[in-house]
Amino acid sequence: MQLSRDELLGAYRRMATIRSFEERLHDEIAKGEIAGFTHLYCGQEAAAVGVCDHLGDDDFIVSTHRGHGHCLAKGVEVKGMMAEIYGRATGTCKGKGGSMHIADIDKGMLGANGIVGAGAPQAVGAALAAKMDGNGRIGLSFSGDGACNQGTTFEAMNMAVVTKAPVIFVFENNHYSEHTGPAYATATSTDIAGRAEAFGMKAWRANGCDYFDTYETMREVLDYVRAGNGPAAVELDTERFYGHFEGDPQRYRGPGEIDRLRAERDCLTAFRRRVTEAGLLADADLDTIEAEVARLIDEAVDEARAAPAPTPAMVLEDVYISY
Amino acid sequence: MTRMMIREAILETIRSEMRRDPTVMMLGEDIVGGMGTAGGPEAIGGIWSTSTGLWEEFGSNRIIDTPISESAIIGSAAGAALAGKRPIAELMFADFVGVCMDQIWNQIAKFRYMFGGKSKCPVVIRLVYGAGFNAAPQHSQAVYSMMTSMPGVKVVMPTTPADAKGLLTQAIRDDDPVLFFEHKALYGVKGEVPDGDYVIPFGHARQVRAGEHVTIVAMGMMVGLAEKAADQLAQDGIGCDVIDIRTTSPLDEEAILDSVEMTGRLVVVDESPPRCSVAADICAMVANKAFAALKAPPAMVTPPHTPVPFARELESAYLPSPPKIVDAVRSVLAYR
Ligand SMILES: Cc1ncc(C[n+]2csc(CCOP(=O)(O)OP(=O)(O)O)c2C)c(N)n1
Ligand SMILES: [Mg+2]
Repeated sequence: MQLSRDELLGAYRRMATIRSFEERLHDEIAKGEIAGFTHLYCGQEAAAVGVCDHLGDDDFIVSTHRGHGHCLAKGVEVKGMMAEIYGRATGTCKGKGGSMHIADIDKGMLGANGIVGAGAPQAVGAALAAKMDGNGRIGLSFSGDGACNQGTTFEAMNMAVVTKAPVIFVFENNHYSEHTGPAYATATSTDIAGRAEAFGMKAWRANGCDYFDTYETMREVLDYVRAGNGPAAVELDTERFYGHFEGDPQRYRGPGEIDRLRAERDCLTAFRRRVTEAGLLADADLDTIEAEVARLIDEAVDEARAAPAPTPAMVLEDVYISY
Repeated sequence: MTRMMIREAILETIRSEMRRDPTVMMLGEDIVGGMGTAGGPEAIGGIWSTSTGLWEEFGSNRIIDTPISESAIIGSAAGAALAGKRPIAELMFADFVGVCMDQIWNQIAKFRYMFGGKSKCPVVIRLVYGAGFNAAPQHSQAVYSMMTSMPGVKVVMPTTPADAKGLLTQAIRDDDPVLFFEHKALYGVKGEVPDGDYVIPFGHARQVRAGEHVTIVAMGMMVGLAEKAADQLAQDGIGCDVIDIRTTSPLDEEAILDSVEMTGRLVVVDESPPRCSVAADICAMVANKAFAALKAPPAMVTPPHTPVPFARELESAYLPSPPKIVDAVRSVLAYR
């Protein structure tokens, strides 16, 4: 099905926003502006956007430690996120959680997560809630190739099948869990989707560096799950362009690996080539978007820098609603 | 004596115990690093550099790089221990005990008791803990209080390189399960470490400063803060008897009680939240056993009863600090 001009522009804008957000963080972290552990999503933009472009605010996603892309794709506000990562009182979570814990329940973004594998069962629960309401909404978990080795992930998949939960397990296989490759750590290394099949659900595979392949695959998956067929899984083959966390020396990479990935597997480049060659959009359209995105990110950083820090009294807030 | 950092003392101790005893093994995530990658296992040596070179020397049977599967890591350490080995399991962040708590709480800690003394489970679980890095609520916690409340495990917290060696050697040779808490912020602390065999038995506190006016009991990261506070108070003629308890279970009650008998005043500094904490436990113990000696209610310096916040300003408000300890000492002294 052909995407409209607006849909194409929107998809590119969302991917470019993630890219620009992350590239900027990379620079600011190197300057020592930002505290804590930050895991960048660069390289995987087509995965988050190709998935979330099918979702509404009332569909639920759960995310990971590498969550900025999922948040942005789900519509969490750029400036609030930037302020959060800067640890500001104006941040999405008031500076309490930071990069690894951004959540925006109103957007159906139930939380990034510092605990690998913690999200999948929560997505099942969100899906069961949607099933109770009978409104056709779904739960969706993003997990990495590393997270697929946690018992929680297995338990979630089995429970989703037996409860016919309208949940989608998205496995972003970026070929690394920290400094280890799935060829070592994952017993079905070249095939994570097959695990989901073994649990009794239907699984799809797509190129997570190609917006169109991810998007079209997800359309089928969403149709299947929204129709009440129970859970499904998708394995997206993707790449991470930076280290596991900012500051990672990445000695586990092969020679020239990053240059090769950036040359061959860049989802933004691939998107641009595809839409301009097909005459759907002009380079100028995409350049305009990039310039607008760059301005937005500049503003977000400026505002985050200028924003007030949380006050010490805020340490005590939000532990309970009442106590 | 050799001067080294705590992280080096830990690595060297594991290495020498593995050489000494062929039943010692280690397992954890990325403890080799680079497995299954183009770069290859090139001895990242764990993200904390506490296993560098071990895989090269001892091989894949004894240095086991694992998938992200904490329940399986701790569970298989338990099984290997029941089967006669001495596994050292690493939890990259202590917070991940949440994932594998059953294997610790219901399994490892209870085997010996419920099997009527017929088994031993000499597991060492190394847990990297503590705040101060803006690592946010799930990567910063001081979970040792929770673990201290658990019968059947020993809980150890080194604060110097020498103690790291002596206590880890004891932990590996100990026939009981040991939770060995390593503070992220202490890894780089340097000090003299005795050469050769060096063992510190559990349950023996270390006196860090001598003083007669107030007893300060601390553990882990808090010890250094207590020392700073004591140095500052010394300038005003206030003498602090600073005790590093080294192990929260077993607890050297005698060292604490002896000191309180002399000073009559107690401040306990603890990095974990106050409710049911080691600090609360020690205050209760002292109130019970040295009530007559006390000239003031025992005081605790702890974070508030909240998770560990992310932002710099929030985390520093959260954590105990030398000024907060100084204030507590002054108010304990002012009591009458
Ligand atoms: C329970 C738990 N174990 C270990 C970690 C440390 N850790 C953080 S991310 C990560 C690797 C995750 O790999 P993957 O699931 O492939 O996600 P990616 O980083 O590639 O996005 C590890 C081991 C953690 N945060 N939580
Ligand atoms: Mg991965």
